[in-house]
Amino acid sequence: MGATASQLDKGMLSEYQELTYLTKQEILLAHKRFSELVPKEEIDRINCRIPMNLVLTLPELKSNPFNERICKVFSTSDSHDGSLNFDDFLDLLSAFSDSATLEIKSHYAFRIFDFDDDGTLGRHDLEKLVNCLTGGTDDTNLTPEEMRQLIDNILEESDIDKDGTVNLSEFQHVISRSPDFVSSFKIVL
Amino acid sequence: MEVDPVFTIDGSERITIIPLLDQLPSYQSLLYRRKSSTIGNKRRGSSRGRFGSLSSIKSTASTINRHDDKEQGLSEGRPIRELAMSMKDKRTEREKRSVKAQDLGNWGQWRQNTRRCLKRWKEDSEDRLNSMKLWRRDIHQIEARFGTGILSYFSFLRFLVVLNLIIFLLMFCFIMLPIIIIPYTSGNATYTHQDSGSVCSVYPSSTRRGLVIFHEHITDLLSGGGFLEQTYLFYGFYKVDKIHYPSCTYNLALAYLLATISYLLVSLIWIVKRSATGFKQNLVKDEDSFQCFCNKIFAGWDFCITNEKAAELKRSSLLYELRTDLEEERMKQEKAKRTRKDKCQIYAIRFILNLFVIAVLAACFYSIYLATTFSQEQQRNHVKVNFIVDLIYEYLPSIVITMANFITPLLFSVIINYEDYSPAFEIRFTLIRCVFMRLTSIGVLLFSLWSQITNCGEEECFCGYNTALYSCWETRVGQEMYKLTIFDFIIIAAVTILVEFPRKLIVTYWKSGFSKWWGEQEFGIPQNVLEIVYGQTICWIGTFYCPLLPAICTIKYFFVFYIKKLSLIKNCRPSTRPFRASSSNFFFLGVLLIGLALACVPVTVSVAQINCSQACGPFVNYNTSWEALPKAALELSDGPRTFLHALSSEAFAVSFFVVSCLAMFYVIALAGAHKKVINQLKQQLDMEGQDKRYLIVMLCQAQGLSRAQPPASRSKPRSGGSPSYHTSFNCDFPQGLLLVHPTPNSSTHV
Repeated sequence: MGATASQLDKGMLSEYQELTYLTKQEILLAHKRFSELVPKEEIDRINCRIPMNLVLTLPELKSNPFNERICKVFSTSDSHDGSLNFDDFLDLLSAFSDSATLEIKSHYAFRIFDFDDDGTLGRHDLEKLVNCLTGGTDDTNLTPEEMRQLIDNILEESDIDKDGTVNLSEFQHVISRSPDFVSSFKIVL
Repeated sequence: MEVDPVFTIDGSERITIIPLLDQLPSYQSLLYRRKSSTIGNKRRGSSRGRFGSLSSIKSTASTINRHDDKEQGLSEGRPIRELAMSMKDKRTEREKRSVKAQDLGNWGQWRQNTRRCLKRWKEDSEDRLNSMKLWRRDIHQIEARFGTGILSYFSFLRFLVVLNLIIFLLMFCFIMLPIIIIPYTSGNATYTHQDSGSVCSVYPSSTRRGLVIFHEHITDLLSGGGFLEQTYLFYGFYKVDKIHYPSCTYNLALAYLLATISYLLVSLIWIVKRSATGFKQNLVKDEDSFQCFCNKIFAGWDFCITNEKAAELKRSSLLYELRTDLEEERMKQEKAKRTRKDKCQIYAIRFILNLFVIAVLAACFYSIYLATTFSQEQQRNHVKVNFIVDLIYEYLPSIVITMANFITPLLFSVIINYEDYSPAFEIRFTLIRCVFMRLTSIGVLLFSLWSQITNCGEEECFCGYNTALYSCWETRVGQEMYKLTIFDFIIIAAVTILVEFPRKLIVTYWKSGFSKWWGEQEFGIPQNVLEIVYGQTICWIGTFYCPLLPAICTIKYFFVFYIKKLSLIKNCRPSTRPFRASSSNFFFLGVLLIGLALACVPVTVSVAQINCSQACGPFVNYNTSWEALPKAALELSDGPRTFLHALSSEAFAVSFFVVSCLAMFYVIALAGAHKKVINQLKQQLDMEGQDKRYLIVMLCQAQGLSRAQPPASRSKPRSGGSPSYHTSFNCDFPQGLLLVHPTPNSSTHV
């Protein structure tokens, strides 16, 4: 039961504090920002969902190349359209918060990078990932030769059972030895 | 009897010998390699023959069941928010747990509640402490616009502000506070400055008399002379030796010495603690290129960037970095093909260029030496030309050091192009050269000062130092450090206002070839970091001679933060070459440690070797400053004295050294053993993967044979439920896969 009434009551606040990694201030700030996005007519409806295009107007998500994937991963709507309710929004912020564990972050990072939702990062997923990182237009993409070399290097470093894809355990193993991950995988409102 | 999910067990509970096991790739390679140690006891004891496979299969089945139980137990013990589920699932899990908790009874529930309350209280207090951190909002702004690389520079600056504040509080509480409160307490102070008539204890007053022209005040303020010389600012003012209270005696000389040692130790411990994680990553990572690609791709994007322009910049810098790395890899392969003649040529070029670099460094150091001696001479002879020239003479060493530190990086970055190193090594080597230049120039300045202080011409110095020139040499050294600090701050402010700001105006408003060539100022992180480390090294050296210097440095870095932030936002664009947050932490703290090590050398030499001034300061009654410690130790009672003697004896030092060597060897051996185990486990995983694929192929064939109708073909091998994350099925299996048991639900455990 999300709350989109204008105030969050104390019981809900302590429940959210227990279930997420956010502090009280952060939950209240998230509630404020969420309520700003809700269209006027639905503001009193409990558990309303914001469509993805509204969520993407948040400055924290607007310039992020993975914004659509983030919405789709955290959305619990039945139609898989990337719409978020307040619970999903808090889940998102909790996974990206400063105090979330490495395990949570790597789990969600894996799901975000898994563009085709098949449970592993194959060559296709990795190619899409690199293109998202570098820009996506023709002159900012790597040449096919460079892309092949890059993906070969990545698979060589991370694919332990040599099956050509990176599964969750291998991904978490690589991430645990990557020093930059925790500091870069962070969104603070 | 457990139901084996894969194999059928007949009524007599004996599994017929499955030839499948012998065909598995891992078993085949086992037989080939004759390694039975690690894998053997788990799956098959090769010495026991094929019948051993029965018990091993049963044990595998039981391990599978135990594994499920362990999994469930694992997820129960953990706090709910560590589970990667949606909020709805977390709520149901919580209700499940509270139902279970009610079985615990009152005592168990009360314990759980108190534990939860304590944890909540701890988190709240941590949160409140975090919100009081200095500059939290500014740093958040910078992070959002520029990413974590530049952020690391500003958080480093914040760390230095706090460190300097702590050092100042240390010096203040132990040295200045006792002197300040003497009039208000019943203490009785004994002073050191006894006019014994000897020539060593003459200290002419430097306060100006008569009509003082205004600009002389400015000169005094900027050079630490005149009215500033006999204040709390410099060593010479602390004339108190001991303070006698009714109950005890406060030995100020000893406190001065111990405070110096402790501020160096505190800095060392704090820096090492702060860099602990960074060092681990960078030293353990002995395969340097290993994982650098994964790190760049998976952890490459800064999710905290909110600015569109910054995001574009980040993308282009990532592209640049990836292209550079790929090119470097290709170059490495090409380098391996180099002929011997090419190699000789390159080594010869490198040798000549290194000689050139050494010559340039020597020239810079000699000019610093000349400038220092000239400046000291001018001050001694009190040659007064006019205001500006006087100031230049005072500041001549600082000016020469700053100019040398400005020219040499440009020179180094030009030279490195001809030396043909890989791009990453080029950057690092240039940085090392710049660090060396910066920090050694301070050393040269101090060396030239000391050569003047301890050199009395032809004969041996009467008082141990050159009294004719320096009646109170510690104050003079303190003044030089003070001047360096002030000048450093003036330069930082002046360069930002007078150079970067016009540059930005010119480049924005006057479009020409020149402005395009000059380009916008780049916020080069390494050079900025070297600047502040240089300032901090001066602070560490100078605190012994100028106890208020940490306070001055705190204020200086406080303003530098705002100046740099303004410069970053208004004048600069972030550099195209990206600077990773993790490696930058290692670099910053590594350079800071080098600075600290360098700062310890002059302080140690002057405390232990050079005779302290007889005319000023708290150590007049001793030959060297260090002597205060042994003399105080002699006055202790028997027990502590023998203990201290034991600590400083050779037997203790040698045995301590031996023990620490043994500990180091043990840890290195342990690391080597762990590495071996990791390699073995990796090979085992590889084999397990092959086994799995083989088994799936066999299963498909078996099912294809046993089914009457063709299997329901699905486009995806799995239904739309939770995909199994831990097994990577190759998606080219055309037939649908039907396992007897569905894939496990919890796909989240590590």
